[in-house]
Amino acid sequence: MPDEPQLVEPPAPREIIAPGYTFGTVTDQIATVVLTRRTPLFWFGGFAVGLALLLLFLFAVAVLVTSGIGIWGIQRPVMWAYDITNFVWWIGIGHAGTLISAILLLLNQRWRNSINRFAEAMTLFAVSCALMFPVLHLGRPWLFYWLFPYPNTMGVQPNFRSPLVWDVFAVSTYATVSLLFWYVGLMPDLATLRDRTHSRFARFMYGIMAMGWRGSARHWAVYETASLLLAGLATPLVLSVHTVVSLDFTIAILPGWHSTFFPPYFVAGAIYSGFAMVLALAIPLRAVYGLEGLITDKHLDNSAKVMLATGLIVGYAYILEAFSAWYSGNVYEMAAMWNRMTGPYRFHYWTLVFCNIVAPNVLWFKRVRGKPAWLFVSSLVVLVGMWLERFVIIVSSLAQDNLPASWRVFQATRWDWATYLGTIGLFLFLFFLFIRLLPMISIFEVRTLLPQAKVEEEVHG
Amino acid sequence: MTKGIYGVIAEFDNPTALVSAARAAREKGYRKLDAYSPFPIEELTDALDLHKNKLPLIVLIGGIVGGILGYALQYYVTVVYFPINVAGRPLHSWPAYIIITFELTILIAAISAVLGLLALCGLPMPYHPVFNVPRFALASRNRFFLCIEAADPLFDRDRTCEFLETLEPREVSEVAH
Repeated sequence: MPDEPQLVEPPAPREIIAPGYTFGTVTDQIATVVLTRRTPLFWFGGFAVGLALLLLFLFAVAVLVTSGIGIWGIQRPVMWAYDITNFVWWIGIGHAGTLISAILLLLNQRWRNSINRFAEAMTLFAVSCALMFPVLHLGRPWLFYWLFPYPNTMGVQPNFRSPLVWDVFAVSTYATVSLLFWYVGLMPDLATLRDRTHSRFARFMYGIMAMGWRGSARHWAVYETASLLLAGLATPLVLSVHTVVSLDFTIAILPGWHSTFFPPYFVAGAIYSGFAMVLALAIPLRAVYGLEGLITDKHLDNSAKVMLATGLIVGYAYILEAFSAWYSGNVYEMAAMWNRMTGPYRFHYWTLVFCNIVAPNVLWFKRVRGKPAWLFVSSLVVLVGMWLERFVIIVSSLAQDNLPASWRVFQATRWDWATYLGTIGLFLFLFFLFIRLLPMISIFEVRTLLPQAKVEEEVHG
Repeated sequence: MTKGIYGVIAEFDNPTALVSAARAAREKGYRKLDAYSPFPIEELTDALDLHKNKLPLIVLIGGIVGGILGYALQYYVTVVYFPINVAGRPLHSWPAYIIITFELTILIAAISAVLGLLALCGLPMPYHPVFNVPRFALASRNRFFLCIEAADPLFDRDRTCEFLETLEPREVSEVAH
């Protein structure tokens, strides 16, 4: 059509994955990790650590159920401590997965194609770990379904004006949508595994899960629409989840919580810790499985940049937090901030300032971003820092509230630690199962990154 | 089908060959045809004229239903079924309803996107005639297939095979039922 405005041809993008791959080799390299009979020693090591910590978790839960939540260190006035800290921390980690799979898809950031699969898996497992804490904190976790509105003989219903009920809906929606999105993304790759495996049992199982996917052009057309729609739905959802989590705090009138900038501050912190977890998982995985050609230094570099950017937002939020406490002129707000910086939790506070604001500044340097070992260390520092941030926000505000007579410093017990480390075990357990049983990189999306995937059009007159 | 086979299928090496073959088959007048590829190909969607589908409408309806359901649930519970008078504040407190309304909108829309995808693709369908072609297993790896179905009015076992041969495929084979 001659009238059609000529789009400016964008400059040819640098190749995202290493040169030399073909459709076949990409497929084989990723599928072999799953279909091989030989499991690397690294896998057994990681799985064993995960399983051991998972058993610790089950033990801690058994003690919790038989003895009650008094085994944790929570006492008045600190009734939320490690449990809610861990909940917020895990949910936050999940956010990077949705950011990579949905927001970067909508923004047409094609480099995401090699990291979205395991990042989404990370989301799912992190949300599962997160869900443990509020449910266990109920005291009678087997009655968790009382959180949902259903017709019951007690004649009562949840209070829809409470942010804690909003949380139930936000997190359960988030878990469901993440699972659906992940599964839809897996379908074509499950078909690949079905066609590649030599084991009858595996062919049957992957075949059932692939639902008969055959790569028909009609299906792909609908599939692409579905991916875009799901990404469009997941984008506001992921921003809403941590917003709702932050509303748990801001709607209370406790000094140090009651603030309107919590939602963006929490969302930025969530993406910050999530990208740290993506790096902490990607760096060892690509080294062990020799996937440096698919998860390249460029991916690590980009993730580090996102981490740096969100880290700076978080740093800005800390400054703003201190400023608005001072500027409010409110004696309680000022005292809460002062207690955080100089009170019993000053060690936590200054460590988190170091981990979250000072340390990530090394990521400005290209030389640091180019060294996976350094990136791995800095991502662990960020994960620790973000955990401390949630701990300080939650516990320091509760421990020293408006009434000095009721102040009490929280002391974690070994069961607090056992539950927390236990969910790390649950996460590792699920994650190692995932990398053994399902392709950890989206095979079909990586195929689209290859130069051969471009259809060469003959020039029509 | 009376003719005893599902159709004939041609195998290609690369996406460009598949797209031009699909275009040629459309130009020749074939309409009952499908292409199989290991990844989505935008140009193929154009060539086979598959851009329109009902999924956005399904998701829109799902979202609207979810939103109405979320709001109605909260209205019913807080106003009709279980009213709690807190210091004379209004029972119909709509600002507090927004979040759950939003979450249920997203939830039902996402579920309808996935169910709609499966329904429009006719999945799950564990058996399909194209799976009878031994080399078809490569359609999920690195090969590209074009199938002209016997249901097409122009289909003729020999002539369609001959036509596909002119497109320079690696191989042409018949698809048994």
